[in-house]
Amino acid sequence: MIALTVNGETHQVDVDPDTPLLYVLRNELALNGAKFGCGLGQCGACTVLLDGKPVYSCLVPVAALRTRKVRTLEGLASPDGTPGVLSIAFEAEQAAQCGYCIAGMIVRAQALLERNTRPTADEVRAHLAPNLCRCGTHMRILRAVHRAAEMMGGGVRAVAEREP
Amino acid sequence: MSRLGRRALLANGALVVAFALSRGALAQDTDQPELPGGLAKSPLLDSWISVGADGQITVFTGKVELGQGLKTALIQIAAHELAVAPSEVDIVTADTARTPDEGVTAGSQSLQDSGTAILNAAANVRVLLAETAAWRFALAVDQIEMRDGAAYAPDGRTIGYGELVSGASLHVAAKPDVPRREGGARVIGEDLARIDIPAKVSGGEAFLQDMRLPGMLHARVVRGPSDGTRLKQANIEAVATMPGVLQVIRNGRFTAIVADDEWRAVKALYRLQAAGWERIGEPLPAKRMREAIRGLPAQPVPIFHYPGPPAPPEAHTLTARYSRPCLMHGSIGPSCAVALWEDDSVTVWTHSQGVHPLRTALAELLGLALERVRCVHVEGAGCYGHNGADDVAADAALAARAVPGQPVRLQWMREQEHGWEPLGSTMTVEMSGSLGLDGRIVAWQHEVWSNTHSTRPTTAGGLLAGAEVEPPFVPPRPLPIRLPEGGAARNSTPIYDLPNARGTLHFVEEMPVRVSALRSLGAQMNVFAIESFMDELAQAAAIDPVAFRLAHLRDERAREVVQIAAERFGWSARGRGTGFAFARYKNLASYCAVAMDVRIDRETGEIHMPRVVAAVDCGEAVSPDGIRNQIEGGIVQSLSWTMRESVTFDTTHRTSFDWSAYPILRFPAMPGRVEVHVIDRPKQPFLGPGEAAQGPAAAALANAVAHALGIRLRDMPLSPERIRAALRPTPAAPRQAAG
Repeated sequence: MIALTVNGETHQVDVDPDTPLLYVLRNELALNGAKFGCGLGQCGACTVLLDGKPVYSCLVPVAALRTRKVRTLEGLASPDGTPGVLSIAFEAEQAAQCGYCIAGMIVRAQALLERNTRPTADEVRAHLAPNLCRCGTHMRILRAVHRAAEMMGGGVRAVAEREP
Repeated sequence: MSRLGRRALLANGALVVAFALSRGALAQDTDQPELPGGLAKSPLLDSWISVGADGQITVFTGKVELGQGLKTALIQIAAHELAVAPSEVDIVTADTARTPDEGVTAGSQSLQDSGTAILNAAANVRVLLAETAAWRFALAVDQIEMRDGAAYAPDGRTIGYGELVSGASLHVAAKPDVPRREGGARVIGEDLARIDIPAKVSGGEAFLQDMRLPGMLHARVVRGPSDGTRLKQANIEAVATMPGVLQVIRNGRFTAIVADDEWRAVKALYRLQAAGWERIGEPLPAKRMREAIRGLPAQPVPIFHYPGPPAPPEAHTLTARYSRPCLMHGSIGPSCAVALWEDDSVTVWTHSQGVHPLRTALAELLGLALERVRCVHVEGAGCYGHNGADDVAADAALAARAVPGQPVRLQWMREQEHGWEPLGSTMTVEMSGSLGLDGRIVAWQHEVWSNTHSTRPTTAGGLLAGAEVEPPFVPPRPLPIRLPEGGAARNSTPIYDLPNARGTLHFVEEMPVRVSALRSLGAQMNVFAIESFMDELAQAAAIDPVAFRLAHLRDERAREVVQIAAERFGWSARGRGTGFAFARYKNLASYCAVAMDVRIDRETGEIHMPRVVAAVDCGEAVSPDGIRNQIEGGIVQSLSWTMRESVTFDTTHRTSFDWSAYPILRFPAMPGRVEVHVIDRPKQPFLGPGEAAQGPAAAALANAVAHALGIRLRDMPLSPERIRAALRPTPAAPRQAAG
């Protein structure tokens, strides 16, 4: 049995030690947020927070976690089930088409806004660069992150608008 | 068919013919219009709408949710016509056991087909219930007010829909001429929050990939690295004894692993793949795929011919050749299916765009009667056309057959999706056009070379596994998609007012690589070519590109879309690096114009896009925000295709095996702003926005780049490498590995 802490709860799972965290989250803990996108650390659909930092859960063997704390999209909600600020902002902006990438987007944006609620527009884009979206929902995702930053009492600074 | 069946058919056949004749004659006599949208094929009201005794309304559609907001839009339409709140309406999407057969969800036709059917069916149901209420109240039907799920009499009496429906059968054919609801609360045209989004942003069970059935096993299919390859002989015995592996299924060349745990199935897959692989059949062409296709035998198919006098001798003639590489759908979630085999029947949960055609293909593959196969659509990651969805459904069904009674979930790996999905065909277009002295076009020719744009499965031979099992099924022969929609010819017919114009499709039947329907089919390439060429002609005529288009455009709705996009962009005050393009999708659906500006980093060749402005007219706007979402997405996806993407090959296989080998646009390269202006056309037919923007976005980019550089780039992708090569002082042909 391998122990891991996810969204504040400790679990014991009976899996091969080389099993990637993603497979444990989805199949052992029945958490839907993190998605299998590539298994290669190229698309970010599986992004979770490991001690507050965004990581590709498809690349982290579960046995390597030890005492490090995992947070997933589900863990951003309040204990009473109220969705996290970013989830609310994404819904308000209708920032999804197929939505398969969205959980990873929200989790990665959470890591940024926990560190800095007043990033620049270019910082948001650079921060989200590891995550792919194929539907072309990028502009709405950016608007949702901006809205969430405002909801957290900050905002996105519009300096350095895309000059080449 | 049994012998009894044949006799019965013959006997019934006569009856059917007689009935059909009498109905046809009747239709002629009364001049009754044909039922609109999907009602023409499934006319019964209860195929589309049910009203429960408790008043609960359920809408049934044969179309599927792909993340385009279909469910919400159809609920809006039904709620509007039935005069109920949208929250009172449930929806069931494509399920071969429950919903009408509406073929595939493709071609931006869902609102046109299913939306129109549900609109008219709901109006029919409302009128039927109103008539029942009138009879109950002993009033004239025009005295009955239908609202909030109930019929109201002027004196205050009221009966709910649930009670009314017990006295009215919905198992009747729709009438074609039932009027739309007038007055009252508006639901169509409102920005309703999409019903599928809450689960998607909160970790709910939103996707087929999230399905977990009790006792579910995990499977992986075992293949070579790409289409056209197979694995060398692998050590099956060693894998069969790996921990957790329950079965290694072999049927001809088809191989799949079933395990008690997903990761264990993946490890077994990797072990089998370590045996190495080899190409099946002919090597791939050594030259670039677009040139290889251009050089293969082609069947010429006339597309259009507008007569006119030949170009006068003083006319100025331009010619140009444009091309695009093979493109990938590139779903973010690899294709997945869950299948359960029980009592010689199979249920497959699938994100296929066509559950009914898939069912037919699976029945043939599995040797089952059609009624023993059920396909249920569950939303997957966006597919953008025919990707691996159908193939993985077949893979899962074959795996499930080996473990009856236990559900099996089979998902492709990323490398399998990249390696095996059918690609969007490479295309070449050659344009020729002549300008008269007055700056008007006096002659026009469009020739397009392409493989097919649909190999969607309708038989077992259309599925990957169909070619692998023993005995194998033969893939169907590819055919051009008929006009006016067309496949490779889609949008090759110019919407402009042109004399002496001719179009020819050079349909290349031989497919060196696997191709099929990619969002907008040939439209992206044909519009790229037409709209690039319009700019080239405008430049030769020294006329502003927007004015040049308007001078050749008579369709009033087209003119308005062009004018609004130009005005909102501020075209009249444009600077350097601006581009414009327009098309009406399929020449019969949505109108879309795109204006944008670019700045080009001459050192790196990177294109920066400060602003993109689009105007769209897709008929009556059911959900304006849904339309904006689709157009924004269409623009961004097409910009990625047009400036970044190209599937690569060597002579043995497809080498675009993951996102590092097939890069798409990421956040830092996104436009600064994208604005979409929706032109609502109340009471006009729904036209569907899903594929309207791809062509115009591609061409607007090319035109903006040409305006910025003073150099025209005609071969996609307009990559940094091509731009750097174009800017080199001594022009050299841009080189690239493949595409």
